[in-house]
Amino acid sequence: MQSQTLSGGFTDPARDAARSFRSVMDAIAHPGTIYDITGATPPAPLSIAAGSVLLTLCDTDTPVYLAGDADCDAVRSWIAFHTGAPIADAANCHFAIGTWEALMPLSQYSIGTSEYPDRSATLIVETAGFAANGTTLSGPGIKDTAQLNLPDAEALASNAALYPLGLDVLFTCGSQIAGLPRSTTIHLPETA
Amino acid sequence: MNDQAYNFAYLDEQTKRMIRRAILKGLAIPGYQVPFASREMPMPYGWGTGGVQVSAAVLTPEDRFKVIDQGADDTTNAVSIRSFFQRTAGVDATTDTAEASVIQTRHRIPEEALREDQILVYQVPIPEPLRFLEPRESETRKMHSLEEYGLMHVKLYEDIAKHGHIATSYAYPVKVEGRYVMDPSPIPKFDNPKLGNNAAVQLFGAGREQRIYALPPYTDVISLDFEDHPFEASKADHACDLCGSTHSYLDEVITDDKGGRMFVCSDTDYCEKRQAEGHTGRRSDATQLQEVGQ
Repeated sequence: MQSQTLSGGFTDPARDAARSFRSVMDAIAHPGTIYDITGATPPAPLSIAAGSVLLTLCDTDTPVYLAGDADCDAVRSWIAFHTGAPIADAANCHFAIGTWEALMPLSQYSIGTSEYPDRSATLIVETAGFAANGTTLSGPGIKDTAQLNLPDAEALASNAALYPLGLDVLFTCGSQIAGLPRSTTIHLPETA
Repeated sequence: MNDQAYNFAYLDEQTKRMIRRAILKGLAIPGYQVPFASREMPMPYGWGTGGVQVSAAVLTPEDRFKVIDQGADDTTNAVSIRSFFQRTAGVDATTDTAEASVIQTRHRIPEEALREDQILVYQVPIPEPLRFLEPRESETRKMHSLEEYGLMHVKLYEDIAKHGHIATSYAYPVKVEGRYVMDPSPIPKFDNPKLGNNAAVQLFGAGREQRIYALPPYTDVISLDFEDHPFEASKADHACDLCGSTHSYLDEVITDDKGGRMFVCSDTDYCEKRQAEGHTGRRSDATQLQEVGQ
């Protein structure tokens, strides 16, 4: 328990964080494209990708909300030791982490204000697997269209409709990551 | 050489995390200026502290770094920023646009088309396109939130009323994804068409003004104009005197005190590559003459 809390961080913090950030940035800049991300080995149930995102972006300035199974002692103490991020409720978090079902409903997170749309939460959604099929995406960062399997295309389409407000989503699975910023247009089957 | 006395890429990790979060929000809301807590850098404000902080946050040890200042690789600002990151991040430097993975630029977009695996970092002096029309930050913020951009069109209209055409020739305002009006930094308007639908990630950093904004690849960017006065990407009506290029942005160089002048590509890497390929201009012998003279 104790050793698990202390281990699993970046071996070379500055360089590992730089490489990890490049993957996160590529994921947000190219919505729907899947990137590799490694560096951290967080305790279960967090994936390597989700742990790496936390170590890359979170610190004492960013309240983190743990949803469902992610809210356990092992994860809490790992985050406390490696990032110092305060654990917060959904309404006040900057980053939320968990499975899609555990993170629901989307309405409980901050979507920013019209003068400061950047003051919105980022969701780190643990998924079972990626597939480059499913919902069609278009918008900034996508040349023509991209395909990604989304947990709930309709809820995410209503999030995109809030633009420039809204949530930004990072999907993580194993050591892979894909991004879905609020700016991406989600083509629901009826309108596709 | 890697200067071990500093953290990788100079900035401390907490600062980099803060900048990285701002970059991600900037990419998620293209054209919106994200406030960030700009740090003191070992160079004065106005020398590219915003660009340097963004570069410090995005560089990885494997990157090849290029810096251009008004298109040139060999000016003071470009040379010192390049050697700064060679020292503190241990990254390889290059002057070749195609070889570089991260390019920091002051006021130009390279002539060579960029690729998806490249990042272009702009140094921005005044990020707020409405600042000279409305000095109050509280007001310009409200104008952005309400999409109240009429004032910008009035400014362009006054240009036409005064000069007969839109006289704004650099820092020409653009609209991003039909939402935010953005200052593309003082690039010549010749470069504006390259902002939109560019394959590279474009990041903008303003150090003194503490703002970061971004354009993801393939973003829709429109230069503001009027139906009867459409936007025109203009350049000096000459060919490069060294490489003969007729479609690159040119600098005018005064060569003597008798009115002598020549036009050369502002993008030095592009010009040198063309000369190496055997392209010649009106005064291709000029550089050789100069060397003989010395």
